Amino acid sequence: MRMFSTVIVPIVTVVLAGATAAFAQQNLAKPSVDPARVDAVVTDAFPTAPVDLRPRLVPDETMSSCSANRNSPPKSIAEAIQKRERAAIHYPADGKFLGDWKNGEKLAQSGYGLRFTDYPPRQEIGGNCYACHQITDQEVSYGTLGPSLLGYGKLRDFKQAVAKAVYEKIYDSHAAFPCSTMPRFGASKILTVDQIKDIVALLMSPESPVNK
Amino acid sequence: MRLRRTLIAAACVAVAIPFIATAQDADTEKGIEKYRQMLRKDPWTNPGLLDADRGEILWKTPRGPKNVSLEQCDLGKGPGKVDGAFAELPRYFADADRVMDLETRILWCMEKLQGFNRADLVKRPHPGGGQPIKELGAIATYVASKSSGLKFAAKAELPKEKDAIALGEVLFNRRSGPFDFACSTCHASSGLRIRLQGLPFLADPKEAREVVGQWPAYRVSSAHVMTMQHRLYDCFWQMRMPELQLGSELSVALIAYLVKMAEGGEISAPGLKR
Repeated sequence: MRMFSTVIVPIVTVVLAGATAAFAQQNLAKPSVDPARVDAVVTDAFPTAPVDLRPRLVPDETMSSCSANRNSPPKSIAEAIQKRERAAIHYPADGKFLGDWKNGEKLAQSGYGLRFTDYPPRQEIGGNCYACHQITDQEVSYGTLGPSLLGYGKLRDFKQAVAKAVYEKIYDSHAAFPCSTMPRFGASKILTVDQIKDIVALLMSPESPVNK
Repeated sequence: MRLRRTLIAAACVAVAIPFIATAQDADTEKGIEKYRQMLRKDPWTNPGLLDADRGEILWKTPRGPKNVSLEQCDLGKGPGKVDGAFAELPRYFADADRVMDLETRILWCMEKLQGFNRADLVKRPHPGGGQPIKELGAIATYVASKSSGLKFAAKAELPKEKDAIALGEVLFNRRSGPFDFACSTCHASSGLRIRLQGLPFLADPKEAREVVGQWPAYRVSSAHVMTMQHRLYDCFWQMRMPELQLGSELSVALIAYLVKMAEGGEISAPGLKR
């Protein structure tokens, strides 16, 4: 184990150093852009945005650091993000992480909600998980932006600790993976605690088609 | 006749798609590519050419409160010069003192030369599914088609042009909104998909050169031509952002960045999309 890390560390260091050098070079060649101007340009581009959609134009602190670091934040920033996002997670009052996998599947399929044509809402907001993840064998129309989740619970022996970790990843993926590309479904109030539990059940329940 | 053949072929393919989707991944991808090839085989069957023709008539017809044609519109190569103009856009225009892409420039000419009300033109600038492309878009399709076969060669020598590209890159990577999405969320890697839809790696010149020159493109799924401004508008819709305004500095900067990435890539407008 120790030898393994000794070999890995120099490789990682070389790769990181290389990436940093390339990044620095790129930066030298480009004119810099004032962040305040970027914000003004964005505000200006959406002049008809209703008042309640305007906050969408402004990145929060986590998104500002992720964008500025092209989603590869240095260690100190990554830790600050994790700390902040971990604090944003609210847990189920009943202490249970598994809901109804059938409703989880429904939510995983639905991409409805939060688009500017979705107001006033005509149905429940979906999680749209299949847009990016392979989840069940039955659904072949899945995206590949995220990892395959096929057999997720079975491969992890249906452990309770894993169910909690899955809940946290869906609620706020940045707590586990700073600058993850996945939406913060709980922290950004896209899905409710119960809906997230249903999706956890889809991944973690032995009865779910994910684990068949 | 040719159009009819295309539509029948497209309908057959549309029926075939669900069956293809039940096959495995690789087969699915192959099936979709075969469908694209069928549509590309005979470029004259592209329904988007009808809108290019409509755009040409609109360009040459006296219109608007001032009842003049757009033949005095300077797209960068001199008033009325359409051939090859799109290949050198976006560029800085001294009369407007800003960098403009094709649609923003046409919008400017429709406002300044023809006397149209800008607010009316940007209110609902893009067609809904099944609706024909709006007039401004048809004109853009015509102008772009007159650069088909040429390569993207915007000069980007002036400070404001360079600045637009740099701004575009920042915007491409800027995450916000309820889903925390940036353009780079979906377009900063190769070979990825949303559901079954392939996503081009637009920050990579090799992939950008392949796809950017296909816009404006006839989109089979929505049965109309979609322009680049409309493409961006639709991306922001999907990203859960508000409505992107046609001609905004943000839209021009993103297009300037994409075209820079696609520099040297061939223009084949109007293209054909799923």
